Amino acid sequence: MTGIERATRYFTWVIAAFSVVFLMTPLVVTIAVSFGSSTVFTLPPPDWSLRWYERLANTRGLLPALITSLQVAAISTAVAMALGTLCAIALVRGRFPGREAISTFLVSPLMLPGLVIGIAMLQGFKAMGLRDIYASLLVAHVVITLPYVVRTVVGALSLFDFSLIDAARTLGCNYPQALLRVLVPALAPAFLTSGMFAFLASMDNYPISIFFTDAWTKTLPIQMLQYVEERPDPTIAAISAGLVLLAVVALVIGDRLVGLRKLADF
Amino acid sequence: MKAWRDPVALLALPAVLYLLVVYAYPLLWLLMKSFSGPAGLTLQPYVAFMSDPFNWRVIGNTLRVAAWVTVVCFIIGYPAAFALARAGAVLQIVMLVSIILPLSIGAVVKAFAWQIVLRRDGVVTQLMMGLGLWDEPQRLLFTETGLVLGAANIFLPFMILPIYSVVKLIDPRLSEAGATLGATPIYRFTHVTLPLTLPGVVSGVAFVFSLSVSMFVIPSLLIGDRFQTLSTLTGRSFLLMRNEQLGSTTAVILLALAVAIVVGSTWLARRLGGNS
Repeated sequence: MTGIERATRYFTWVIAAFSVVFLMTPLVVTIAVSFGSSTVFTLPPPDWSLRWYERLANTRGLLPALITSLQVAAISTAVAMALGTLCAIALVRGRFPGREAISTFLVSPLMLPGLVIGIAMLQGFKAMGLRDIYASLLVAHVVITLPYVVRTVVGALSLFDFSLIDAARTLGCNYPQALLRVLVPALAPAFLTSGMFAFLASMDNYPISIFFTDAWTKTLPIQMLQYVEERPDPTIAAISAGLVLLAVVALVIGDRLVGLRKLADF
Repeated sequence: MKAWRDPVALLALPAVLYLLVVYAYPLLWLLMKSFSGPAGLTLQPYVAFMSDPFNWRVIGNTLRVAAWVTVVCFIIGYPAAFALARAGAVLQIVMLVSIILPLSIGAVVKAFAWQIVLRRDGVVTQLMMGLGLWDEPQRLLFTETGLVLGAANIFLPFMILPIYSVVKLIDPRLSEAGATLGATPIYRFTHVTLPLTLPGVVSGVAFVFSLSVSMFVIPSLLIGDRFQTLSTLTGRSFLLMRNEQLGSTTAVILLALAVAIVVGSTWLARRLGGNS
């Protein structure tokens, strides 16, 4: 028995180490290249430098793209959190037929090809008379962010024990007070985490944003891919390293709020 | 029908209406348009698409690459899910971070990184030559192998997490009970562990296959224009060729594939879950 146990433990370690290295390769490579002095992505870098980060300031179109992405992500996440939370309350607390169908419908944008949704929206918005690129981006990105909010808040609400609210009322709170003091603190972590990951999903989206872009309005991923195609140099790696840092921050906050294991729930 | 008058239901209304107008309606519109010709309903665009041998190659490329990506993800992901479930606290945290962190980083960033990894002087070449498996540097970028490798890396978390979610629920005592009753390790795996993990495998395979079928940024960066899949062809026909008819046709085929995978895998996972 001990032989098999030892073999299993050894095997676990090998597989775990391999998958960690494999999964982290793109991130490590990006960061290494961004701090290297080589123009041709030599690894390991011959020398370390910050020149690609200095170059970021002079890269044309980068700042506007970053601002557009941040604005679109912030506004669409805020709208999605309002719409999604109300809907999640209805799905968990309501007693009406079709709740399962509604929740599948709300999460379905995550399951369909982004490109197809983008094309449908491109034509659909045109047919509805919505021609403004920026407004189209916002409207489309709410569809991207909404599933994240609905999924997480429904999950958190289903685990919440609503008799706690009755308990708070028995102890002298009125209904709004009970909601504010019991429900809100209990849900806040999941609520904030969902918003954070919805925000990142919007920041990173390419296949839908690509249909709502023009010379003045470009989101960051669109602008980045354009750089990669035009003149690939480690400046892209420096931007990427910034996005990796953003994801690390989100992960640390998410870990504090709801815990790493909860983030892995599928 | 008092159930219909539950006032809480009204809270779902804004989100549902919003999605109906800006998401469901455009999708239906795309679907309708792809079936409508000058004289009403028609299958003509699909017939035209299918009668071109080039398009069959595109469909073949799409399915072949997606199948390979799924196979690679499964081979790494299945044992990795067990390692994640059985690992000690520290190792588990390291693994979880390496699985979740890439999920919140965009495809553009990761595909660009793979462009660097797959170069002739890149990490893979250095590794293979270091191990003595390759005699001379080989180019992996802009090859199908490179594409499969990069895509498998990017989609691997979608294989590990669903399998992990069922593996962590398996009671290790089940396998021990099998051992007490005299079952060999292989018998215990095929008759106890494997059937219990099948629902997770089905959803992991469905996730990865469907993501691989519809990937767009990854092939454009890792293999280029000479290799077309349904997804890249759809993108190109709208963004470059301005051929909306062709693009709508391929988009609807992609949509049908995605829906078939979701519906099929949900049905299968439910059936397998119900049996155990």
